[in-house]
Amino acid sequence: MEFIFVLGIFFGGLIAANFLANPNPIAINLKLAHELAGYGITDHSGLVPNQLFNWPALLTVKGFTMIAAGGFLVGFGTRYAGGCTSGHSIMGLSTLQWPSLIATCCFMAGGFIMANLILPFILSL
Amino acid sequence: MPMQTVTDNNTDYEVRSLDSICVNNSHLQTRWYHHIKYLVVGILFGIIFVKAEIISWYRIQEMFRLQSFHMYGVIGSAVVVGIISVWLIKKFNIKTIGGEEIEFHPRQFNKGQIYGGLLFGLGWAITGACPGPLYAQIGTGATVIIVTLFSAIAGTWVYGFIREKLPH
Repeated sequence: MEFIFVLGIFFGGLIAANFLANPNPIAINLKLAHELAGYGITDHSGLVPNQLFNWPALLTVKGFTMIAAGGFLVGFGTRYAGGCTSGHSIMGLSTLQWPSLIATCCFMAGGFIMANLILPFILSL
Repeated sequence: MPMQTVTDNNTDYEVRSLDSICVNNSHLQTRWYHHIKYLVVGILFGIIFVKAEIISWYRIQEMFRLQSFHMYGVIGSAVVVGIISVWLIKKFNIKTIGGEEIEFHPRQFNKGQIYGGLLFGLGWAITGACPGPLYAQIGTGATVIIVTLFSAIAGTWVYGFIREKLPH
């Protein structure tokens, strides 16, 4: 059933991108746009920057780190923590469970560390 | 689904919640077309992921740089809706679509929520996606995210292999 559900998410993404798409490029914070331009990321047409996430990039250190190593951390971390954003942050907090609050704080801490301290290094590779 | 027969035999809820396996799966034996409802909910979820820009790498970057309220608003309102839904389910003893009781199992604390949580956070800020949105990102045409998805699945397998050696 979980597989059918995630298959649905895939089709939902497909339908939304092809039939319900926002014709305008995504409006992003000017400071972020400026920072990303410094790393050569100027095309904001996709929900994922295609200048970073594309097949040829997989063969570069930067691309491999972002596409493959990033995914590994998502899977390993989610399993180790016993849940993800939906399981801990949304359902766990909705049912007022303190282990889920701890997990959510750690998700955010990891994200802040990566986005502000480590990602600038990865993007400049 | 063969999944049901496997999980029905395992009633050790604590171990199963550690495995991130759903601890309150339906026990009903149903025909294949009963699963269409999961597909429909998945499709709606995927469309909302895209239209609400939850799967946008840029929105995740803004969240972790405190440059926009967007994701805080999305997650915050989801928690509020969740609280109201859980309260309504308990208050009116609402059953599942198949007529089964809806159970809530308390979570046990273990150190995995700290270490695993930090590792997931690091990955979240790189990929701009938690596990569910990966499928939607692929659906929008970012096909290379298939590699991210398989890496994530590999990550869950590696956890399975080395879990005995990890602090919990």
